[in-house]
Parts: sequence; structure tokens; C-alpha cells
Amino acid sequence: MNEMQFLTWVRGPALDIAIGIFLLGVLWRLIEIYSLGRKVDVAPGRHRDGASGLHTVFRRSVPPPGMVKRSPVTYIGGYVFHIGLAIIVFLFEPHIILIRDLTGLSWPGLPSQVIDLVSVITLGAMLVVLADRIKSPVKRYLSTFSDWFTWTLTFLPVLTGWMAVQHLLLPYTTMLALHILSVELLLIVLPFTKLFHAFTVFGSRWYLGKINGHRGVPV
Amino acid sequence: MSASLQKGINALKEVIDAPVASYFNSCVHCGLCAEACLFYLETGDVKYTPIHKLEPLRRVYEQEYTLLGRLGKMVGLSKAVTDDELEEWKELVYDSCTMCGRCSMVCPVGNDIVYMVRKLREGMAVSGHAPDGIKGATKRTVEIGGPMGLKWPAVANVIKKAEAATGVSINVDKPGVDYLVLLSSMEIVNYPEYLEALVKIFKKAGISFTLASDAFEATNAGIQIGASDIAKVIVSRIINSAEKLGVKYVLSPECGHAYMAIRWEGPNLIGRPYKFEVRHVLEVLEELRQKGVLKMKDKFKEPLILHDPCQIVRRGGVLEAPEPLIQTVAENYIPIVDKQKWNWCCGGGGGASAIHTEEAEALRAKAFRIKKRQIEESGVNTMVTFCANCRIVIEEGFDHYEMNTQLLGLTELLAEHLED
Ligand code: SF4
Ligand code: SF4
Repeated sequence: MNEMQFLTWVRGPALDIAIGIFLLGVLWRLIEIYSLGRKVDVAPGRHRDGASGLHTVFRRSVPPPGMVKRSPVTYIGGYVFHIGLAIIVFLFEPHIILIRDLTGLSWPGLPSQVIDLVSVITLGAMLVVLADRIKSPVKRYLSTFSDWFTWTLTFLPVLTGWMAVQHLLLPYTTMLALHILSVELLLIVLPFTKLFHAFTVFGSRWYLGKINGHRGVPV
Repeated sequence: MSASLQKGINALKEVIDAPVASYFNSCVHCGLCAEACLFYLETGDVKYTPIHKLEPLRRVYEQEYTLLGRLGKMVGLSKAVTDDELEEWKELVYDSCTMCGRCSMVCPVGNDIVYMVRKLREGMAVSGHAPDGIKGATKRTVEIGGPMGLKWPAVANVIKKAEAATGVSINVDKPGVDYLVLLSSMEIVNYPEYLEALVKIFKKAGISFTLASDAFEATNAGIQIGASDIAKVIVSRIINSAEKLGVKYVLSPECGHAYMAIRWEGPNLIGRPYKFEVRHVLEVLEELRQKGVLKMKDKFKEPLILHDPCQIVRRGGVLEAPEPLIQTVAENYIPIVDKQKWNWCCGGGGGASAIHTEEAEALRAKAFRIKKRQIEESGVNTMVTFCANCRIVIEEGFDHYEMNTQLLGLTELLAEHLED
């Protein structure tokens, strides 16, 4: 298989398979989790403004008082790389074109120099949070193989994408093919690892807000 | 597998629900929950990271309710929870967790960690891995009536004293009144002035109330230990008595765990709402203040801070009553940085104060340093709180560190300065 054939394969059948596993995986995991249900709380609730599931879904995006000072790297590093990833995934022109081809939806993107800068910043932030995971006693203690593995799978697409655009190390076609392949790996693994928090985070915050909101506590 | 372990695992399987599943799947191992837990902060020991305390529950979840976990268990990749492991976790689930709920306030993905600690305790209790101190308290509550083994004559004694001190005769087992007043054993033994204070205030407000000889204990050791069946038996005493007497309200004493038990867990334990309303004493006092009934003849002059008990405020939702009440009676109330729902636990909630092993007591003393710092940083010599359990734990802390801070109960303080 030469470079071109490799690229055609990752773009064609491999992408279909990856997206298929991703979609089925997400659906399966969501059912597996949320079909467990929960008992309704029969204690009469207390109403207080701001105490609800929906409030908490939003409120938890903002650091609680004093927490940034306690763990600055976690918060700042975390924000930077999450926002960076979102910008790269959704506002890079070639990605928008791909999404348009798949779904018919499209929107304006950012100039590629901007994406370039964002990619470098994102890679930097990811390296910082990795160093922090190695260094911080609590994070290291909590970490399992899955934490290192999912970090790698998230890092690779950004790295290979950036390198492809910069024409670094390998010919563009090969690097692009590797980039797409790394995204496919990420898609396949996402539903079955901690990366699935991308979906469950909404449910978790909602339950938290709802359960505590029933007692009138905005959390 | 021992029969008791099997029971424990079954209990865990039963309590796992969609929120638990969602929480475990959301955890990103960021460690931020540790930064909210007094036991981690004051010891620096990583094993006290809140989410780590739930490891046995997480594994049961994974192995029983996820496809990959079931596969992993089949091929031997993930090992089953053992008795030894649960025994090791006893310290993490009881000694070093007061169910204060502060971790649940900070987790960025929204995991309600304390919700899960409560559930894990169900498995710990039936598999026999609860601490002896809490087991004893539970046994005494079931067999005698309260966690400290108190019987009605002790309460009758306190009633007699309160009658002598206030000149008001106190109803016992009287049907048709507004309130059934509950107490906690700790109040009966250590802070009998609480009842006196209440009698004084209720008389002033013209509120009718009674105590019940078959239901005076408000705390619920069954909830602390994590045994819902026992918790149900204990709470039913109050419910039966209150519904038989036909009261409109049941008054929860200051005690925080009592409030959580009777106000929030009780209806779920018996599976229906009550025929009466449960109110925390501070909610009633705040209402009286707003109506203008709670007038003070003078004010407490010394500067003071407030300790908000976790189960009443952060977990119980009595958020807004404490501050206006303290401001009514104190001239020099100083709000601290981490107050109200952000307050730090005294270190002895969730049944922890009933564990009297050397290690547990040493750990409690360490955790108390966070409270000590709060007091020292505010530069006051007086702290006010409204939970009998907090009061005992805090006084132990004062003794341990030889602090000369004075600790006052809010209801008593109000009664003391009440207009005659
Ligand atoms: S704060 Fe939440 S996401 Fe982070 S380690 Fe604790 S439970 Fe997991
Ligand atoms: S509930 Fe309180 S004591 Fe328990 S783990 Fe959370 S922060 Fe720590």
C-alpha cells in the first residue's frame, strides 16, 4: 500500500468503521448507564432559585471559590486544552468541510494561522497537564493505564494534524493519513474510557444539581 | 466468598443507580475533590482522596453493570472485591469521611461523591465492615432507643429541670398540638439548656408543643452506619408517634444528622411523604424573627464567628436562616471566608465521632486543625454553632489544642438574650 492508497483507506472504509463503532458505542454506553434509572425522592422538596439540574450543568463550568488558587494548573491547563480542542475540532476549515460532507451542516471557520497558534498552545497545555499528572501526588495516585493511554490518544491527533499542516517530518499525505488514523483510534476508544466524560458530564452535573436542588442547595 | 461478603456485594448492586453509573463514568482523575476534603488537606495522605474512598463501589459497578467490566471479570482481568479489601476500606469510608459533602461541591464533572459514600456504607454495614463504635451506637438505638443508651427517665429529668427553670409546664404525649419536639441524646446529656431555650422561645411565640415518650430521639444511627432497614425502624418511631398525636409539625433539633435523617431520608425510607411537616429549629426561629416575635433585650458583645454544620446547611439546605439569626443577637458577628455551604466540617460528622479507636481519634484531631485555623485567622475567641455533635467534637478539639475559645449554641444564645 502506498501513501495515496493508505490515505484513501483511512479516509474511506476506516473512517466509516470508526464512526460506526463510535456511534454504536456511545449509544450502547448511554443506555447502559442511564437505563439504570433512579428512585424518585418522595421527601417534599424545598424550592430555592438557582438550585436545579440545569443550573448545575452550567455552574460547574466555573471554578468554585478559592479552588483555582488551590490547584491552578488543573484549572488553567484544563480550560486551555479543552477550549483549544474545541476550537481546533470545530473551527478549522478542513474540519468544517468534513462535517458538512457528513451532515450537511456548516459554519464559518478561523484563519489557519490562528488554528496553528491554538494548536501549539493546546499541545503545550496538554504537556503541562501531563507533567502535573506525573508530579502531583494525588493525580499520580489516581492514575491508571487508562489515564496515560487516553492522554496519548488525545494528544496524537492534535500533534499529527499540526505537523501535517506544517509539513514537518513526513510527507503531507502520510502525515495526513496518520492524523486521520489517530482520530479514528480516538473515536473508537472514547465510549469505553474516561473520555466518555465528554457525554456523561452533562448527566452527572444534572443529577448532582437535581439531587441537591431538591433539598434547596444550589451546588 | 463468605455469606456476609455476598450480602454486602448484593447490597451494593442494589444501591447502584444511574447517577452512580454516570458519576463513575465521568471521573477524569483530576484529584480536585481531594482539595475539598479536610482529611486529605490536613494529612496530605493521598489515600484520603474522596473518589478513592469509593473504589470498592466502583469495581462492583464496573463488574456488574458494564459490558467491558463483565468481560474483564470473566477473563480475570479485574479482581473481585474481597473481605480484606473492605476491612481496609473501613477507615476510608467511616473514620476519614464525615459525609460533609464538600467534595461534591467542587468536582468539575459534577460527581456527587457523598451520595455514593452513603451508598457504599450500605454494603460495608451488611458485610460486617463498619467500625465497632458505630455498630454499638446502632445497636443501642435499636434496643434501647438512642445511640447513647438513654431511656425516657433521663429525658423526663431534663424536662423537669426545664420546667423548674422556666416555670412553664411541658406537655408529654399530648395530641393535637402544633409541634412534636425531638431531641438528640447529645443534647439531653450535654446540652440540656437547649430544651429550656426552646420552651422560653415557644412560650413567647405562643406555639404549642409536646414531647413524646415513645419518640424523643431524633438521630438515626442506621443512616450513619448505612443500614436502611434499621434506619427505617428508627425513623418509623417518630413517624408513628407524630401521626398518632396528629401534630402539624415535627421539630428537628439543631443536630445535623438528625435533620438529614428525619427531613430528607425518612420519607424515602418509608416510601411515602409524611402527614406532618418537618422543620428545623432554625427555620422556625428565623420565621419568628421575621414576624418580629424574636426580639432581643440586649446583644452579645464579643466578636464571634459561626460554624455552619454540614448536614444542616450544605447538605440539609437551611442556608439562609443562620446569619440573620446570629446578627439579631450578636453585635459583632464576623463572616468567615468559607462560610455557609462552603464551611469546613468539624471532623466528627457521619458517625465518625462515635469511633473511639486511637487512630480515629488522632485523625480527627488532625482534621480539626482546619477549624482551628479558621478560628485563629478570624482572631475571635467565640464561635457559635447549631449542632450538638459538632459542639462535642469542637470542644474535644479545643481541649486537644488547649485553645481558650468559647463555643456557644445558637438557640441557647438567642433564648438568653430574648426580651422578657
Ligand atoms: S474531582 Fe471529580 S473528576 Fe476529579 S478526581 Fe474527584 S471525582 Fe474524579
Ligand atoms: S464527604 Fe467530606 S469527608 Fe467525605 S470525602 Fe467528601 S469532603 Fe471528605
